[in-house]
Amino acid sequence: MREITYAEAKVEALRDVMRADRRVCLIGSYFLGLSPRRVLLEDIRKEFPGRVFDPPISEGGVCGLAVGAAMAGLRPIVDVTTASFLFHGFPQVINEAANVRYMSGGQLSAPVVFHILHGLRGGGAAQHSHSPQAMLWNTPGLEIALPASPRDVKGLLAEAVHSDNPTIVVDHARLFEVKGEVPEELFSIPFGRAEVKRNGRDVTIVASSLMVQRALEAAGTAVAEGIDAEVVDLRTLVPLDKQTVLTSIAKTGRLVVVDECHRSCGVAAEIAALAAEEGFSQLKAPVKRVATLDVPVPFSQPLERYIEPTAEKILATIREIMR
Amino acid sequence: MAELTYIEAINSALREELARDRGVYVIGEDVALGGPFGATKGLAAEFGERRVVNTPISEGAIMGLATGAAAMGLRPVIEVMFVDFITLAMDQLVNHAAKLHYMSGGQLGIPLTVRVQQGAAGNGGAQHSQSLEAWFIHVPGLKVVMPSNPADAKGLLTAAIRDDSPVICIEHRALYWTRGEVPDGEHTIPIGRAALRRPGKDVTLVATSRMVEVALEVAGTLANEGIEVEVIDPRSLLPLDLDTITASLRKTGRLVIAHEAVEGAGFGAELLAQVQEAAFDYLDAPIARVGAPFAPVPASPVLEQAFVPGAERLAGAVRKVVLGA
Amino acid sequence: MTSELNQQEAMELLRTMLLIRRFEEGLIQTQKSGISIGHFHVYIGQECTGAAAIALLEPQDKIATTHRNHGHLLARGADPRRLYAEILGKAAGYNKGKGGTLHATVAGLGFLSTSALVGGAVPLAVGAGFAAKQLGERCVSVGFFGDGVLEEGVFFESLNMASLWKLPVVFMCENNSAGALGQSAGEYPGSTIATKQLIDVVAPFGVPASAVDGGDPRAVRDVTQQALARARNGGGPTFIEARTVRWPGSRPLWPELSTGETDVAFAWEPDRIPMAHRDWFANDGLIRYVRQLFDAKLANTKEILALDATVRADLAKAMRFAIEAPYPDPASALDDVFA
Repeated sequence: MREITYAEAKVEALRDVMRADRRVCLIGSYFLGLSPRRVLLEDIRKEFPGRVFDPPISEGGVCGLAVGAAMAGLRPIVDVTTASFLFHGFPQVINEAANVRYMSGGQLSAPVVFHILHGLRGGGAAQHSHSPQAMLWNTPGLEIALPASPRDVKGLLAEAVHSDNPTIVVDHARLFEVKGEVPEELFSIPFGRAEVKRNGRDVTIVASSLMVQRALEAAGTAVAEGIDAEVVDLRTLVPLDKQTVLTSIAKTGRLVVVDECHRSCGVAAEIAALAAEEGFSQLKAPVKRVATLDVPVPFSQPLERYIEPTAEKILATIREIMR
Repeated sequence: MAELTYIEAINSALREELARDRGVYVIGEDVALGGPFGATKGLAAEFGERRVVNTPISEGAIMGLATGAAAMGLRPVIEVMFVDFITLAMDQLVNHAAKLHYMSGGQLGIPLTVRVQQGAAGNGGAQHSQSLEAWFIHVPGLKVVMPSNPADAKGLLTAAIRDDSPVICIEHRALYWTRGEVPDGEHTIPIGRAALRRPGKDVTLVATSRMVEVALEVAGTLANEGIEVEVIDPRSLLPLDLDTITASLRKTGRLVIAHEAVEGAGFGAELLAQVQEAAFDYLDAPIARVGAPFAPVPASPVLEQAFVPGAERLAGAVRKVVLGA
Repeated sequence: MTSELNQQEAMELLRTMLLIRRFEEGLIQTQKSGISIGHFHVYIGQECTGAAAIALLEPQDKIATTHRNHGHLLARGADPRRLYAEILGKAAGYNKGKGGTLHATVAGLGFLSTSALVGGAVPLAVGAGFAAKQLGERCVSVGFFGDGVLEEGVFFESLNMASLWKLPVVFMCENNSAGALGQSAGEYPGSTIATKQLIDVVAPFGVPASAVDGGDPRAVRDVTQQALARARNGGGPTFIEARTVRWPGSRPLWPELSTGETDVAFAWEPDRIPMAHRDWFANDGLIRYVRQLFDAKLANTKEILALDATVRADLAKAMRFAIEAPYPDPASALDDVFA
C-alpha cells in the first residue's frame, strides 16, 4: 500500500467526506494549524467553493451555529483550532451539543464534528497547550476520537462525520509529519475499537494521540533491555474499548498509562482506575501513569520539557514497573 | 455553637469576612437581593451595594472582572448561580484566573473565591444539575473544596476567602436547607485536611459533598449486618489529604469511593489511581467506585432519583468489596 | 486640550518608538538565526499608538494587554534585557521563563495579565478599573487589544459593566487590520465584523468612542488625554480605535523582515525607500514622526541617527545578555502554581 504523511491523509479524509456527502461543510479551516503543510487545504477551498467558511473570532457563536446547523440537517466540521480556545465554546459544546439528544428524549440530534489541536506544541505556554479531552470525557454525550497514525486520522475523521452524535476529533500538530500506509478509498474506522499498535508480553502501555508514537519509541528502545512492551492505542475515549485494555493486562500483568493531559483527573487516571477496578487480580504491580505534570504549561523550553511525557520518561517507568 | 442551615452558614462566613476585611467583595447576579438561595441575604443592607455588587448576566466577564480586581489586591467572592453556567466563564477561569500567578512567574496574586452550587436535585434537568468538580481538579492553579455540612460550609468558605490562590467552593443545592451545629464567630478549616466522619475497621468509604450523608446512612445499615464502615470526607479535593485516606486503607484493606458526578475521568478515578499506586500491597480487594451513570442528568423525578447514586447502590458496592462477588 | 510636546518629550517619544521597532527587528533576526522563540507577534507599525498613549499614564495606572505586548511593555519602561530573556525562555526573564512572548508581563510597572486569548484581557482590565474605583485609587486601567476582540461575546459583557458602573477604563482597540490579506494568503485574517466601523458598536452602550490614526502620535495623545481625564474625573470608560496599516513583515504567520530594517533616513530621503514598500512606509508612523521632528526643526539628522545608534547598541547588548543568560532550573517548572 502507498505511504503518505499524516497531514496528507487528514486532508484526503476531509476531501473525500465532502465529495461523498453534500451536507458536509467546513467552518474554520486551520485543520493543519500553522504547519507548512497547511497549503494542502487550498485544494479543498478550490474544489468546494461555498462549503468552506472563515468565521469571525467567535468560538462560542461558531460552535453554537454549527450545533444548530447540525440539528437542522447539515454535517458541519468546526475547526476550533487550538484546544485552549475551546473553552470559549464550552457553553455550546457541553450544555447544548452533548445534551440535546438526551434532553429531547431522542427527538433531536446534533451530528456535528468539532476539531481541535491539543497538547504541547513547543513554546505554546499556558494558554495554547491544553489537552481538554478528560474534561470532555467527564460530560457524557460527546464522542471523543484521537487519531495517532495516518491511517487512523483518515478512518476516524470519516467515522466522525458519519456518526449521528456530536464528536470531538482531538488532533495533535506534532503528528503531521508521521508517515504510514493509508488506503486510497474512503473508509471508516468504527469508534470504540482500540488497536494494538505493537504486540508484546511483558508490559502493556496504553496511550492515545501523539503519546502512541512516544510509547512506540520507548517500546522500541526497551527491546534492547529485554523488555517486550505491548502498545495499545485507545483511538476513542468515548466509546471506550475497555476489553482490549483488559485483555492486554491479562497477558502482561503490568500497565503503564501514557497521556498528555494533566495528570490530576486526566485520561490516565480513568484508565488506571478501570484497570485497578476490573483487572485487579491480573495486576502484578500497581498501575503507573506518565502524564503532563500538574502545573500550567510553562513557556521556557527546559521547563516545558521537564513537565511533558517524553519517551525517556516512559522508558524509565517501564523499567521501574518491571523491577 | 448555633444550629444553622448550610445556607445560613455560608451567609455567616460571608458576613464575617466582609466585616473583617475591607478587601472582600461579594459579586454576582442578584447577590444584592440575597441570591436565588439566600446565601447573600441581608449583606447588601449591612455592607452596602458598593461591596455586595449586583452584575448583569455575564458570567465570563464577571469571572474576568473579579480576576482583574483580585490581581489589584481585592478579595472578590463571586457567585456563579449553577455550576452549569460556569461553562460561560471557562475561558476566564481556566486560561486566566488559574494561570496568571504561574504565567507571570509569581508576580501576580489572584486571591479569588468562586462560590458555585451543583448537583441533581429538584428536577433541574441536564443543564442545571451537573457535577463538574473534576474539571477544576484537572486545571492546575485552582484549589477545590466541597463542604458536606453547615460547619464545613462556613469553615471552608472562610479559608477559601483568606487563601491567596483562586479557590472554587462547590456547594450542593440539596444540602442548603440541612441543619447542623456551627461554631460561633470565626471558624476556619484548613484547606487540604480530610475529616473522619465515622470510624470502622472493615472497609474505608470515601465520600464527597452530599454523598457523605448517604455514606453515613449506609454505614449505619451495614453495622447491623456486622460490617464496620469507616467514612472519610476529603472536604478538599485539591489539595487532597491522601495520607488520611491511605492510613485508613492500611487498616481496612478495602476502599469504596462515592461521588455524585459521573465516573469517567472523575475525582474517583484520580483518587483510585493515586491510592492503588500508594498502597497497592495493602489492598485486599479491588477498589470500587460509585458515581452517576454515564449520561446527562434527566429531569423527571423518577429518573433523577434513579440517576443519583443512592444508599441502596452504595450499600451493594460496599458489600461486594467486603464480602466478594 | 492637548499640551504640545516640548523638545525633550518629543525626543523621548522618538526614543521609545525606535526602541520598540529595533527591539522587534532584532527579535526577528534572532529567530532567523535559529534560536527558538516560539510563535510571536510584532507591534511594528503600531509603535506610535502605544508609545504616545502610555507616555501619558501615571505610575499607579494599570495596563492589561495581549500577545502583541512587546511595544506596551517597552513603552512603560520594561528593561529590554529582561524582556528579551523572557522571550528566549531564560531564568532572568520577568516571568522566569514561565510566560514567554505570549504572556510577558511586569507587575511592578502596573501590568496585569498579558493574555493570549482573543478578548481575554478585556474583562481583566475592567476588573482593575473596578478595583481602582473601590479602593479609591486615582488609577485608570487601560486595556489594549486588537480589533478581532469585538468578535467575541465577552467584549460586550465587559463594555456593558464598565459603562453601567462608570469604571475608570480606557478600551484601547488597536485596529491593525488595514492591509491584512487574510488566511488564504497565509496570514491572519483581518476584521470579520458586520459593522461599518468598530466605534459604531460601542455607541449604544453610552461609551464615548473615537477613531484616530494610530500612526499619528499627536492624534493618539489627544484622545487618550481626554479619555484619561474622563476616567480620573469619574466620567467612566472611553473606547478608542487606533487605526494602523498592517506591516508587510507580519504577513507570513512567522514574522519576516520583508521590508528590511527600517532606515530612519527614509524620512528625509524618501527615494531610498525600496519601491515595493513605498506605500507602507508612506503610512509608517515612525517615519512620519521622524519627518515631523525634522521639519519642525526639533531634531536634525545627526541627532536622530545618533539616537538610533544608541538604541541599537543598547539592544544588541540586551540581546547578548539574553542569549548568554542561563535557562531556568527545569525543576522550577513546578514552582509558582499557588500563591
